[in-house]
Amino acid sequence: MSDVQSPSDDVQRFLARLAQRNAGRGPEPTWITARRQAGAARFEAMGFPHRRVENWKYTDVRAISRGDFAFSDDASFSPATAAALTLPIEAHRITFVDGVFSAALSQLDELPAGVSLLPLSQALDENHEAVGGPLGRLTGVEFSPFAALNTACMEEGAVLRLAPGTLVDKPIIVQFLSRANDAPVMSHPRILVEAGARSQATVIEHHVGEPEAANFTNLVEEIILERGAILTHYKLQEAPLADLHVASIHVEQGRDSRFTSFNLNLGGGLVRNDLITELNGQGAEATFNGLFYGQGRQHVDNHTLANHNAPHTTSNENYKGILDDRAHGVFNGKVVVKRDSQKIEGYQSNANLLLSDRAEIDAKPELEIYADDVKCSHGTTTGQLDEEAVFALRTRGIDTQTARGLLTLAFAGEVLEQVGLDAIAERVERAVAGKLPERFNLTGLVETAAALDEMAGE
Amino acid sequence: MLEVKDLHVTVEGQEILKGLDLTINAGEVHAIMGPNGAGKSTLSAVIAGKEGYEVTQGTITFEGKDVLEMEVEERAQAGLLLGFQYPVEIPGVKNIYLLKAALNAQREARGEGEMPAPEFMKLVKEKIAFMKMDPSFLQRAVNEGFSGGEKKRNEILQMLVLQPRLAMLDEIDSGLDIDAMRVVAEGINSLRSEERGVLLVTHYQRLLDFVVPDRVHVLVDGRIAKSGDADLARELEARGYDWVVEESAA
Repeated sequence: MSDVQSPSDDVQRFLARLAQRNAGRGPEPTWITARRQAGAARFEAMGFPHRRVENWKYTDVRAISRGDFAFSDDASFSPATAAALTLPIEAHRITFVDGVFSAALSQLDELPAGVSLLPLSQALDENHEAVGGPLGRLTGVEFSPFAALNTACMEEGAVLRLAPGTLVDKPIIVQFLSRANDAPVMSHPRILVEAGARSQATVIEHHVGEPEAANFTNLVEEIILERGAILTHYKLQEAPLADLHVASIHVEQGRDSRFTSFNLNLGGGLVRNDLITELNGQGAEATFNGLFYGQGRQHVDNHTLANHNAPHTTSNENYKGILDDRAHGVFNGKVVVKRDSQKIEGYQSNANLLLSDRAEIDAKPELEIYADDVKCSHGTTTGQLDEEAVFALRTRGIDTQTARGLLTLAFAGEVLEQVGLDAIAERVERAVAGKLPERFNLTGLVETAAALDEMAGE
Repeated sequence: MLEVKDLHVTVEGQEILKGLDLTINAGEVHAIMGPNGAGKSTLSAVIAGKEGYEVTQGTITFEGKDVLEMEVEERAQAGLLLGFQYPVEIPGVKNIYLLKAALNAQREARGEGEMPAPEFMKLVKEKIAFMKMDPSFLQRAVNEGFSGGEKKRNEILQMLVLQPRLAMLDEIDSGLDIDAMRVVAEGINSLRSEERGVLLVTHYQRLLDFVVPDRVHVLVDGRIAKSGDADLARELEARGYDWVVEESAA
């Protein structure tokens, strides 16, 4: 390889890895082979996105495109380390290590009737046609070069199906562990969720890993909510700080369905999240809650889109960004109201807190309305900590760093208060407080609040 | 315990305090009174360390330490606590968080460990009952949406939990109805002790009916123009400030 890498060299390096991988594959259904080819062709034609493309204006992906990532083949991971990293809650659990399914770290034996949760490979073995219909219908190879690359490389992932009327009590955790490998690896997981009519569940997508890991995850997730289905989706992204993370979630909502998203982004060195919902049936409601926290040189790009394709649909978005050091955040939220989608409500709010002079945010709220009887609002603010409040806390003996920590936690709290799962709220609260510089650790305070809640409950 | 000598303070180029002397001993309650614009609030703000005040001359010592060399939080940790005339709203920071963080910061500065949670909760519950505040205030954001009276009670609650060596209360009586005034005054009186000093800054004598001071000082044009005992406050109530202003000008 020459010292100067051209963009096409980068693409060819990824395609070479794919060709090598394909050579070792057993027989596959023809539709999968065809899609791999279509994905690879599309990826080759588009190349990696560059910053002249509006959608990627603020995000430089060279940390990915210039890398060389192998595919991983084994899912070995210390159970003790996994237990320390993952959420300690009662849940149905499916686990992937560098994209490879780990039966040992999964708990799939107590799934209630009406719930099917399988690794993609097994779902394909059992009935590949049932997967082939919905898979890729929402997120095709045209969506982005990364979606095309994912389609070309896809092997594993999670398929969750809820029969009509099924209520799942325990959360369903889909967790991705990133390992500290000798050489970096990549994975291209798929998640497919089909929630039948009036079904209800909570899905937690959790990304975490060994601190020294530096892998590339390129995830495509599709969620289909039938009439009246209610899904709460948490994405807790705590990947190691050198991990590269590109992910899209594309939701399709039928009549009276309700989708609530919590996009809690703490980890990753370079992160791009796309969250899209298609509000296709009257009465469909989507709520997007987001919190991103960046430190060091982290780059976190969040793109959201609510497509109001039917009348009487509602979207509500609240994203908060906290950026320290030289971190760079991007918020691009868009609400589109199609022609004749009357009586819709679309609200969007974004607030950002810059903790350092060198932290940066690019915030771009967008509204596109082609109907006339709608209620829409959007707004974005960016500010620093209220110095008067910092002073007031200092006059009580609280040092400047802790005062700033308390106020930062307070800023994040507005989103965290919406989190219905305490285990996640506390974890993020601790992460935001504990990740602040040394002596910033406010975990004792969190515990006190918990004790107070218990006391109040007595 | 507190010694202010020849204090000159400038705000935005304008001299507000022009050679103020004040000594407060442990066990004493002092009241600083005076007409608007005399510099009453400036004194407590400078002692607490608020930015924007330039000390051009003079000294402030607290228990032998040079206050002007201390950081804002160090002053508080040493036991110098200011109750604000206009307490700041701090959205999202629960009262209980503030109390715990503040108390532990003081304990840490004194080389003591954190107070265990049950002991802390017991202390806070006792003090909040004394201030006739609903425990739900602990879970609310500091001062957010509080009425004027609730904010002032909350300042005193912080004092009761933190037990300062010198409590400075800047116009703690403003905006209080008579019932709230009684509760706030009881709070202040409960702080009185042999080891502690209290500095009340007030425009009106009314509070001093409930918290009877040992010494009353009248601040006129940046200096203490007259000092006396509690009777002086009553005289000011009856006669107004003009006679002191005229006396000091003469």
